[in-house]
Amino acid sequence: MIKDITIGQYFPGISPVHRMDPRVKIILTAVFIVMLFVADSIWGLIVGAAFTLVSFMISRIPLKLMFKSLKPILPIIIFTGVLNLFFIKSGDVYFHWKIFTITSEGVRTAIFMAVRIICLIIGTSLLTYTTSPIDLTDAIERLLSPLKKIKVPVHELAMMMTIALRFIPTLIEETDKIMSAQKARGADMETGSLMKRAKALIPILVPLFVSSFRRAEELALAMECRCYHGGEGRTRMKQLRMTVLDGYACFYTAAFFACVIAVNILI
Amino acid sequence: MAVIKTENLTYIYGEGTPFEKKAVDDVSLEIYEGEMVGVIGHTGSGKSTLIQHFNGLLKPSAGSVYIDGEKLWEDKARLREIRFKVGLVFQYPEYQLFEETCYKDIAFGPKNMGLDEAETDRRIRETAQMVGLKSELLDKSPFELSGGQKRRVAIAGVMAMKPKVLILDEPASGLDPKGREQILSLLKEYHQATKSTVMIVSHSMEDVARYADRILVMNKSKLFCLDTTEKVFHRSEELSSMGLSVPQITRVFNRLKIMGVIPERDVYTTPYALKLVLGELGKE
Ligand SMILES: Nc1ncnc2c1ncn2[C@@H]1O[C@H](COP(=O)(O)OP(=O)(O)OP(=O)(O)O)[C@@H](O)[C@H]1O
Ligand SMILES: [Mg+2]
Repeated sequence: MIKDITIGQYFPGISPVHRMDPRVKIILTAVFIVMLFVADSIWGLIVGAAFTLVSFMISRIPLKLMFKSLKPILPIIIFTGVLNLFFIKSGDVYFHWKIFTITSEGVRTAIFMAVRIICLIIGTSLLTYTTSPIDLTDAIERLLSPLKKIKVPVHELAMMMTIALRFIPTLIEETDKIMSAQKARGADMETGSLMKRAKALIPILVPLFVSSFRRAEELALAMECRCYHGGEGRTRMKQLRMTVLDGYACFYTAAFFACVIAVNILI
Repeated sequence: MAVIKTENLTYIYGEGTPFEKKAVDDVSLEIYEGEMVGVIGHTGSGKSTLIQHFNGLLKPSAGSVYIDGEKLWEDKARLREIRFKVGLVFQYPEYQLFEETCYKDIAFGPKNMGLDEAETDRRIRETAQMVGLKSELLDKSPFELSGGQKRRVAIAGVMAMKPKVLILDEPASGLDPKGREQILSLLKEYHQATKSTVMIVSHSMEDVARYADRILVMNKSKLFCLDTTEKVFHRSEELSSMGLSVPQITRVFNRLKIMGVIPERDVYTTPYALKLVLGELGKE
């Protein structure tokens, strides 16, 4: 079923990571990325990897999901690995055959880059696993709000994003329903030539568009009825609040960052 | 032989995710040929989920479904045939209309069956008349019609496939009392004219009492009972404990019986009640 596609891959929970202020989570994720790029040896990266792993444990997200998030970028990891392995020519030569040379430096860089990319992906996906898309846009709006001074419509952009995110599941559900209804009338979407299959989409797309326009109109009307007039002077029901938990998180991240720097200096 | 039969049918939405929800739980039932069955149950009790198994739109998480003795999901290629045999009209079917004209929209099902032009045309005219659509409306765009008319076009679209079993999910929801009445009585006429099996999902005990031979009651994903109208309404206490009520008129007459005014207890429809009361008055 289409519904199985998870959007924003949010995985609800009540772990400390889930309960953190989304703004702090975004900032700490950025710090984490910087940390990975500061690390200039494999040892520094291992500290980064430890950070990722421990954070994952705290969030109680099944490790299965961690591997799932890596799957789509596996080709990229392999590709960069292979490039580094064969094209770096400095260091001791381990292996030589025609134009292919594998050197110690090549192996080192290949592993280093692979670990860095893996940490990067796992760390950032932890953010989307533990933060609902709505919280995420809310936090982004707050973090970007200084840009309002230079007339960037931050609120409007965030509102558009929130609405879009809010309606993705609804649209998927709707699509599912319409597909079922047309299948019940014998629509065949799985077999036939490409042309035939494209044509089979019409009975789904037309009702979908009709209902999307209807929904958009209803939503606009409902918002106007509640006196929505943009971000000016708007207060919030759900205030983002930093708690002592966020303090611990900052401390925890800072500790790992310090480790990375220490490793850089010492090794 | 039963047209529809299920054995320990269970369906779980989002199996293996944190959003897991058992919507149909261990349901075994039999629907016979030529019956008119009302399906009733509280919101979220699994009615819509149950009926989507009868034409192979949902695959059971456990248990099995038989249509005309044939087990579904043994051969996926047969599912399309099954869908022509068991016609399913979804809730708010007007949202699935997509063609330029009502005529073409009703033709969608018969065309998918591979019927020729002449037969398709014959069926469209026949079903349009059955659902009370004037023939001049057939050339109009379905988006120009009123809600009730759209609903009729959508129902005709499934009827035109001449299914052996016609299942409708809340065919009268969102219509005014007169519109409800018209839709339900045209379904009754259809049932009588074609001698086919009809299942109607409804929230209204009144409607179900008037039109159905047997009533299927779902409660919290489980089958509560599938029995004749009298037998089901005899369990009025249990029904009200699950948030369903027997028709108002039945409640009135149960009370009258307790008060000793009218001895009759099994009264489900207003016309019958009227007859009783008039008879009682005539006695004096
Ligand atoms: N597509 C879906 N994904 C996940 N859960 C669903 C889905 N459809 C229904 N459910 C859940 O399954 C349960 C049964 O739903 P169903 O639609 O079958 O109930 P219903 O008896 O038809 O209710 P209603 O009278 O409101 O139409 C509900 O708890 C509902 O939340
Ligand atoms: Mg329903």
